[in-house]
Amino acid sequence: MLGRSVGAGLFPTRMLEVPVQAAHREVITADLQWWIVHGAVATNRHVAHIDPTRARECLFCDRGNLEKVGHVVLVLSGKGGVGKSTITTELALALLHAGKKVGVLDVDLCGPSIPRMLGVSNREVHQCDAGWVPVCVGRLSLMSIAFLLDDPDDAIVWRGPKKTALIGQFVSDVAWGELDVLLVDTPPGTSDEHLAVLENLKKHRVDGAAVSTGDVRREITFCKKTGVKILGIVENMSGFVCPHCTECTSIFSKGGGEELAKLTGSKFLGSVPLDPLLSASVEEGRDFLQAFPESATYSSIRDIADTLLTSLEH
Amino acid sequence: MADIPNDAPQHCPGTSSEQAGKASACQGCPNQAICSSGAPKAPDPAVEEIKLKMSTVKHKIVVLSGKGGVGKSTFSAHLAHALAADESTEVALLDVDICGPSIPRIMGLEGEQVHQSGSGWSPVYVEDNLAVMSIGFLLSSPDDAVIWRGPKKNGMIKQFLRDVDWGELDYLIVDTPPGTSDEHLSVVQYLSGAGIDGAVIITTPQEVSLQDVRKEIRFCQKVKLPIIGVVENMSSFVCPKCKNTSQIFPPTTGGAQRMCEELSLPLLGRVPLDPRIGRSCDEGKSFLNEVPDSPAAAVYQAIVQSIKDYCASGFSSDGNPNADNE
Repeated sequence: MLGRSVGAGLFPTRMLEVPVQAAHREVITADLQWWIVHGAVATNRHVAHIDPTRARECLFCDRGNLEKVGHVVLVLSGKGGVGKSTITTELALALLHAGKKVGVLDVDLCGPSIPRMLGVSNREVHQCDAGWVPVCVGRLSLMSIAFLLDDPDDAIVWRGPKKTALIGQFVSDVAWGELDVLLVDTPPGTSDEHLAVLENLKKHRVDGAAVSTGDVRREITFCKKTGVKILGIVENMSGFVCPHCTECTSIFSKGGGEELAKLTGSKFLGSVPLDPLLSASVEEGRDFLQAFPESATYSSIRDIADTLLTSLEH
Repeated sequence: MADIPNDAPQHCPGTSSEQAGKASACQGCPNQAICSSGAPKAPDPAVEEIKLKMSTVKHKIVVLSGKGGVGKSTFSAHLAHALAADESTEVALLDVDICGPSIPRIMGLEGEQVHQSGSGWSPVYVEDNLAVMSIGFLLSSPDDAVIWRGPKKNGMIKQFLRDVDWGELDYLIVDTPPGTSDEHLSVVQYLSGAGIDGAVIITTPQEVSLQDVRKEIRFCQKVKLPIIGVVENMSSFVCPKCKNTSQIFPPTTGGAQRMCEELSLPLLGRVPLDPRIGRSCDEGKSFLNEVPDSPAAAVYQAIVQSIKDYCASGFSSDGNPNADNE
């Protein structure tokens, strides 16, 4: 059974249609070529390492890879570096601690940071009949382009159409299995990646977007134009508490998130202060929520997760 | 690398491939005749046009970072202000962040409009010798989202470089969005004829940012873009009340310093996190004029000086950055 599953699952179905004979080699589009080179090498390396129980689990998974996913939530922001990935990571962990089955899909192809934040940067993706098996971090499943790169410093210098193709595969060819919530972390902006994710998720349903503040007025316009419901706004880095004198400084302007939520008629999910402990644990890939259950940041993240869950279930 | 249109048939070999128009997948494609004639393989005529346009521009500097929110736009704006402080220097700032233009806000130009003249689009002037161009000036409201895919963004960038009436310039600073994608490839490609002096790479000290910045450096090496140096932003935070320094973004892997040593790149400087920088950006003023005696302003001035020196020393056309920039 294992042998069959490995053979059949060497490439996701779409790739099996690609003629690989020498005569047709030029037919292979550039990104598929990339996959053949990197994917095949990686697959061959792992044929021996596929965990039989995982492979069997996958055989039983449904073909429609997102069919058993309860809710899909996008994390968006127009501005970079406002903490989309940090918020995604912490929300995922908070939902996990609340007993939910959580998956995270990182569609930031040019700068994937979730694997590092969860401390799994050097893991690799396996194959099975149902598609790619996401990397498991405890009970959390994670998929990111970082797992497909041989060298973490490799740059993905891709134009839009290639990114769109890969995101299509991320959505349709990853065997997520049964999940309560799938969080999708996006790169900054309102461009190829965002449109690709939405298009591919259209067949399923997107429950909405949690938006971290920054340059989000444009992101809200994006949601309205594309018909995505906004679940709420999270204000990140809302102040810095000096560890020496406990004076709270608003490094970036404060209170904008709540005001914005009122202005646009969306829910304000909460604000997360700028906490060096949080950045440190994200750097080291530790679970902040487990490490610092007494901090104010912990309670704010948990509140946001709770609010999110309630609005998802209603 | 093959150039595959968005709506191409499956297995399209790409318009610039040897097999364009000849592969089995091309049968029945409406563009087969164009592809097989070899016309698309010729270099974009815009590269030559841009080269001609840019012949009046002495130095072109690109500001890059793999990570978002590290202060690319803030740095670009302050570099422009600092260079324009000398009245005899003509400076222009071009914002190619199509989906999230922040330069209009930082330069205090929100709501300004671009005017059309006989010689092209006129940029918006902050001062007599400081011109700014951004897609932000073309939007009817600052909340407008530009939901564009790559090819459309590339067209816009081409227009910015070719159709804007830049005039005689000493410096053209190009501010980019985060990543290594369409916008970056376009800028490098369109300016390939004219030649870019070099790239300034912005980072913050933490590893999450550095790992994206390493990708950006790899990108520069791939496209043979010389690197002027690296700027570490938000290095440390000085509490305005007790004057103690703390690390908000801890350099767990040695920060930009270590990375620069490993990759043998010059570190241009480390700018501390000062809430006043963010505030003056929000208000559209120059931090360097507002608080000229602050430590952050001094670091900025030193960085600008080394960039000036780099440009003045005449970057070697073979792409070797000078090592004496520190």
